[in-house]
Amino acid sequence: MNLALSDEQEFLRDAAKGALARFKTVEAAREALEDPSRLPDLWSTVVEAGWTGLLISEERGGAGLEAFDAMLVLEECGKVLAPTPLLGLLPASYLLDRGGDEACRAVADGEARPTLVAARPPGDLEGGWTVEAASGLARAEAPRIAADGSVTGSAAWVLDAPQATHFVVVGTDQAGNGAASVVEASAATVQDATRYDATRALGHVSFDGAPGRRLDVDDGQLAAAWYLGQALLGAESLGTVQTCLTMSVQYAKERFTFGRAIGSYQSIKHEITEVLRKQENARSLAFYAGWAGQDKPEEFGLAASAFRSSAGHALDFASRSNINVHGGIGATWEHDAPLFFRRAQLNRRLLGGAHDATDRIAGELFAAQAAAAA
Amino acid sequence: MDLNDTPEQAAFRTNVRSWLEDNKADAPAASGDSGDTAWIDSRRAWQDKLAEAGLAGLTWPKEFGGQGLGPIEQVIVNQEIASAHVPGILDVIGIGMLGPCIIAHGTDEQKSRYLGPMLHGDEVWCQLFSEPAAGSDLAAVQTRAIENEDGSYAITGQKVWTTNAQFSSYGLILARTSPDKHKHKGLTMFIVPMEGEGITIRGLRQISGEAEFNEVFFDDFVVPAENVVGGVDNGWGTALTVLMYERLTIGLGSEGFGYRSDRFAEAVGQDEAAKSDPEVRQRLGDLAAELLAVRFTSYRTLTALSKGQIPGPESGLAKVTTVNAAIAAGELIADVVGPEALDEDSEWAYMISFLPGLKSAGGTEAILRNTIGERVLGLPPEPRLDKGIPFSELRAKEKEAVSA
Repeated sequence: MNLALSDEQEFLRDAAKGALARFKTVEAAREALEDPSRLPDLWSTVVEAGWTGLLISEERGGAGLEAFDAMLVLEECGKVLAPTPLLGLLPASYLLDRGGDEACRAVADGEARPTLVAARPPGDLEGGWTVEAASGLARAEAPRIAADGSVTGSAAWVLDAPQATHFVVVGTDQAGNGAASVVEASAATVQDATRYDATRALGHVSFDGAPGRRLDVDDGQLAAAWYLGQALLGAESLGTVQTCLTMSVQYAKERFTFGRAIGSYQSIKHEITEVLRKQENARSLAFYAGWAGQDKPEEFGLAASAFRSSAGHALDFASRSNINVHGGIGATWEHDAPLFFRRAQLNRRLLGGAHDATDRIAGELFAAQAAAAA
Repeated sequence: MDLNDTPEQAAFRTNVRSWLEDNKADAPAASGDSGDTAWIDSRRAWQDKLAEAGLAGLTWPKEFGGQGLGPIEQVIVNQEIASAHVPGILDVIGIGMLGPCIIAHGTDEQKSRYLGPMLHGDEVWCQLFSEPAAGSDLAAVQTRAIENEDGSYAITGQKVWTTNAQFSSYGLILARTSPDKHKHKGLTMFIVPMEGEGITIRGLRQISGEAEFNEVFFDDFVVPAENVVGGVDNGWGTALTVLMYERLTIGLGSEGFGYRSDRFAEAVGQDEAAKSDPEVRQRLGDLAAELLAVRFTSYRTLTALSKGQIPGPESGLAKVTTVNAAIAAGELIADVVGPEALDEDSEWAYMISFLPGLKSAGGTEAILRNTIGERVLGLPPEPRLDKGIPFSELRAKEKEAVSA
């Protein structure tokens, strides 16, 4: 029994913190709302740090690390709202690696910037693979992938779509089974859909018989890519929660009303303690997701969904609580709290949405129960 | 990150498992009525057997009959006992919390007299801390211990929420020796026999109708000076040791109540309509995530323990999470099953009735959140009106405020 970080993991985390500290990412998050060009370009930093190859095996030019290691980096990104493409890139790189694709080395070296067109795997109630719809509660059918690898169909709210060089599209083959294909961005139609949170590049993507290269991956690996996305989004959210908590605690100590520091009032203290409780639960589930990703693949779906759901709830609560603790000033343009709030609002609806991850927890538990009974 | 046993731990686990396999035919039923004397006696005998096999008091030093092992080994034993579907030791409070306190603060005579019979279940112990007007604010205990001319003490007062008092041989009681000192400074810890002139034990019935706890009344109950543990007027420090071990005991056995996501999901999943109901799935998903988190929180605690760190007040958050998630589970199951879930013979009625009280066990949730906010997050303290005032004066002020 040992959940302690290894020396290498601590180094990876500290290096990420150090690399991101060179940029004023939070300030830029506000400026970019009015002028997107103010956003720092972190791509060269991401490449130099070796993050693009984190999940690519060593023989294909990567570092061959695990989901948990990538989560440590995402957590640091989340703390400072760093605009990196990792949330889309890392799951894409995972599939490229598992499929033994020729692009792996280029991805690890930073010459290619792939992103995942993520499809949710079938659950205990729904049989098919689905992607984000542009609007509404219903999910959309995943793109069709032909035997020659060409892709037809569309997906909304694809991470990093405006800047990606390749799309790793998860969809279905003629028989309705899961399949994946690598498509060059120039063969797709991309509509920039970045909004509300300027640090989160998004796009609606469509393919009309776009030529692609089939990846030799199975349904389990395709599902793992979806859950990896859930775990990484959870990790990034967890980082953002920590910053909200730090801001709230600091202000609650410094701000006085009626002759007392506001943190001495139970109402404030209990609200902030609830942020801590939610944060620590999410952190525990980060270990569950990391452990399952590495040692217990049959529970990765449950673990990653639980982590994403829990971290999502924690961020919803923390980002609102941070504004509550600050009072009116916390809801003004000049303050940082709204930037974290914007991040939280958008995260709720990405990659299936937090409620979908919560539903998947129940689905995975029911499925495990059915499997045990069979 | 590794949840697997080391080779040494795996060997230890194998030994524990094979011992349990060989001996579980002698084990009593894992659950029973605490008023059933025959069952309690069989639990004592089973504790003795576990102790003889070195499966009780694992973390106690060898010189006191323990095994001198670490918390991980304790967890391995807990896990193996649970999967063998046999009960563990009867006296969790004695061996987990009170024994370690006597080891830390007791005299040599106390250690040699009391620890052995405690370990083997010959003498069960209870914890006499909480009172009707002193729970979360434990240092407000009013039970008095007045020194007699011969140096003995006469104890008068009322204790409550006393688990196992009805069959305990001894208790560790926190009483006030110096009411004119500040509330934390005038307390003393005593060992008291649980029978004799001036002690009355009454069952305390709860929502379910069962009496799992007791009220214990003392009326000029005399104990000798040699029963003081940790020094006169030093009882608060002694009590803190017990509370530290209480956190540890809870931290090592968080799933001991059976509040597990898979168990609750199974109950809900018996109903086909519930399995596809979006609201049911959201509620189940949320509470399952909380309970899965608690499982990994306990692994984090173990990791810290194995590095020699002691769990702090933050471990109270896991209790808050567990209780509230179990409450949500009870409500969900009752919603799905219907009123039958509340029948006395249902698997869930007891849990549903037990949880409202558990919410305040070991300190109310509200006070726990204060403590965590202040000690873990460093938030400024709530203004207090009891600082630097002798306890007797404080009581007088409280009475005055109520009558005004």
